[in-house]
Amino acid sequence: MTDRFAPPPARGCSATPVLKERGQHEVFCGLTGIIWLHRKMQDAFFLVVGSRTCAHLLQSAAGVMIFAEPRFATAILEETDLAGLADAQQELDRVVRELLERRPDIKQLFLVGSCPSEVIKLDLANAAERMSAEFAPHVRVLNYSGSGIETTFTQGEDACLAAMVPVLPRSEARELLLVGALPDVVEEQAVGLLEAMGIGPIRVLPAPNREAEYGLGPGTVYALTQPFLTDTHEALSRRGARHISAPFPFGEEGTTAWLWAIAQEFGVSPKTFHAVTEKPRARARKAVAQAAETLNGKSVFLFPDSQLEIPLARFLTRECGMTAIEVGAPFIHRAVMQADLDLLCEGPTIAEGQDVDKQLDRCRAASPDLTVCGLGLANPLEAEGLTTKWAIELVFTPVHFYEQAGDLAGLFSRPIRRRALLDHEGAV
Amino acid sequence: MKLTVWTYEGPPHVGAMRVATAMKGLHYVLHAPQGDTYADLLFTMIERRNHRPPVTYTTFQARDLGADTGNLFKSACLEAYARHQPEAMIVGASCTAELIQDDPGGMSETLGLPVPVIPLELPSYQRKENFGADETFYRITRALAKPMARSDRVTANLLGPTGLGFRHRDDITEVTGLLMEMGIEVNVTAPYGASPSDIARMGHAHFNVLMYPETGEAAARWMEKELGQPYTKTVPIGVGATRAFVAEVAELAGVAPRLDDSRLRSPWYSASVDSTYLTGKRVFLFGDGTHVAACARLARDEMGFEVVGLGCYNREQARLLRGVARDFGVEALITDDYLEVERCIEELAPELILGTQMERHIGKRLGIPCAVISAPVHVQDFPARYSPQMGIEGANVIFDTWVHPLVMGLEEHLLTMFREDFEFHDEAGASHHGGKAKPRPETGGQPPVPPGGIEEEKKQATAIEIVWLPAAEKELRKIPFFVRGKARRNTELFAGERGVSEISVDTLYEAKAHYAR
Repeated sequence: MTDRFAPPPARGCSATPVLKERGQHEVFCGLTGIIWLHRKMQDAFFLVVGSRTCAHLLQSAAGVMIFAEPRFATAILEETDLAGLADAQQELDRVVRELLERRPDIKQLFLVGSCPSEVIKLDLANAAERMSAEFAPHVRVLNYSGSGIETTFTQGEDACLAAMVPVLPRSEARELLLVGALPDVVEEQAVGLLEAMGIGPIRVLPAPNREAEYGLGPGTVYALTQPFLTDTHEALSRRGARHISAPFPFGEEGTTAWLWAIAQEFGVSPKTFHAVTEKPRARARKAVAQAAETLNGKSVFLFPDSQLEIPLARFLTRECGMTAIEVGAPFIHRAVMQADLDLLCEGPTIAEGQDVDKQLDRCRAASPDLTVCGLGLANPLEAEGLTTKWAIELVFTPVHFYEQAGDLAGLFSRPIRRRALLDHEGAV
Repeated sequence: MKLTVWTYEGPPHVGAMRVATAMKGLHYVLHAPQGDTYADLLFTMIERRNHRPPVTYTTFQARDLGADTGNLFKSACLEAYARHQPEAMIVGASCTAELIQDDPGGMSETLGLPVPVIPLELPSYQRKENFGADETFYRITRALAKPMARSDRVTANLLGPTGLGFRHRDDITEVTGLLMEMGIEVNVTAPYGASPSDIARMGHAHFNVLMYPETGEAAARWMEKELGQPYTKTVPIGVGATRAFVAEVAELAGVAPRLDDSRLRSPWYSASVDSTYLTGKRVFLFGDGTHVAACARLARDEMGFEVVGLGCYNREQARLLRGVARDFGVEALITDDYLEVERCIEELAPELILGTQMERHIGKRLGIPCAVISAPVHVQDFPARYSPQMGIEGANVIFDTWVHPLVMGLEEHLLTMFREDFEFHDEAGASHHGGKAKPRPETGGQPPVPPGGIEEEKKQATAIEIVWLPAAEKELRKIPFFVRGKARRNTELFAGERGVSEISVDTLYEAKAHYAR
């Protein structure tokens, strides 16, 4: 079904030795995921148990404060909480009681662990259990860690979804589960295409609210929509559900391969598959082609950030004609990343972890046409004359599946077009 | 444990970063986990800095905790020195590292680095960002500044400007100009733009100008005591305060007071008849203590506003603000609880808020105009143009800035007069703010459309009637509102050009692909 594309490379990157680095990381911690998770689960509240730094991070990452009272907050630890841990638990009970009194709309509460709460070993699992008993059935209380000593950026979503898996009831039904918090418009497109092939019932994790939840069991098959959901993947496997391995649904090729893997699982005929995907495929191809005019023949260097780097490098090299110099990822989980690594043609350095100064040295030496990096690095590199794409936009923008393939390519071509447009004489 | 939604100040190590990032030749080794690097983007994105902050984060992980975070810190220090070759270093812990008690100061001493290494003790669970900046600057000054002979000419140091400060960049220029007019040279401006070797020669100055007490007072006090340099107490924001500042400086420096006010326009602008509509406008002020105190006097004495409430988020300035509030006959709101500030504003229902970027959001929600007078700030508070708050030009800038969010005089009257008009009504917003004029929400009855008007012409251009199918209409609504209009126009144009009269979901996406870039 991926006939239109070049055949998979004879030697993909799955056997490439990985450059493992240890040093200063320039990435967000897992708390950042709360910014999109709280919009996705409309009856959930995220309570970070942490420090002023955690609250400041959430505020800075959110960028704008659209909501007077968003469905997240930080319980900031103070000196007195650090003195005795029993008190910290009582304090947490008090804060949660006040919160739930003020926000009766909350049906699920996530206690989110942070660096300080992990270091002082504040037991949030125990707290969640105690509170669940107190507030059931109205409110379910779960916990996960978004701490920077354990998670990077998108791993926070993974930890959150993984925490939800054990509480789903058991079911024997044969169902398809799509895993990952996607923007509604994107999620509905995917569900629409799969339903048009006759596949169903289709469930999504996270469900938009508790009422929409479902069961799990050996009849469940699941497809990951995001490459960072490794703990969730393992938690689902433990519940007997079966993973449909596929490249991630970025670009026309990724989306087709991802849909085809699911279609095969459900015995959809090639004819039906073709009939459903033909038109959107053509549109994706057309839209990508326009951006690819700018990207074709250009080189790209990806700093580790959101964990999307390997599938994106596959998209940029195979569909947009770019050459990858280095593809950095915070961590590489083979079971999840295999299909994309197989498709990514041998050549780029595959790096795991980070020593940011050394990586910057390599980047400057390679002088790529486009550098994909975090917000802390983008302006300094632009000032040095490199063209950059800030990676966080790849997480905050609808980029999955056919109808967004052109937008995805556009995110990378726009900085290059912009630099060509501007007279750089006067810039820094 | 304190439940916090939004915060006015970051943790104290972010204050230390504001000092380090403002300086040159100084490097900060911060014992911290990886997530703390988010703070870099405050400087690179909000302030548009073209360099990374000079900060090395040791990036310890959970698996290091039982093992050797101490060695991690030591090797990070050595590598940072080797790579950046700073004149001096500051070392400290973020909130998490404070808990593991590695003692960065003690460890760095054992490394034998050939430059001064200044340890910082910033209690993350008690204090906040402004304290962190003030304490860091004080520690650096204390470690490096020495008593020395006064310069031959009368000179002064400018104290307090940091990275991420509200208009610090331009205030430095303005204050430097004020001093120059009196024949006083600036010896060192610090921390902003100073290197450790500049700090070392601060003792040459005859006196200090304390621009921002929030971030420079501890150093100013120490220098007064140890280096014998008096410092200014007046913050020159507003015409009156600028004149008082000039008099104070003249006294400290032993020179004649002199102020070139040939560029000063704000008093005339305020007196001119168009400004009559500003009279008695009810304003609420909130921000850091220094800016609020200065701006409250300016609002009353130079703009003719009525101050209905004021407050600050930094407790360090609570006394100052309570004094000012008494003078105005109002109660000072001293809190860092954003929701409390919002409640207070809602209750007072002022016509204008002078606040921080936090109050800008409150204003937006409550529909009250807001101008920013203090940190915390956002990217739009770092304008490309010269835009100080202090001195003569600062007064001009403030007049424009505070008047801008308001609906202008005559327009205000017309909006009131034609309250029932379908497009010229009180919800339409000020005409100089851009954005589409909102038609009055329909209350039955069609607004009169001028015959043969613009709407008519548009309709004739697209000869066929285009209909949106319900599914497509629904799909369109999923597109973010700020691009929805464009998507609708493009799709209709696309359909019109192809003679398609019914827009389906497919048409919508065909058009999207067609216009994709």
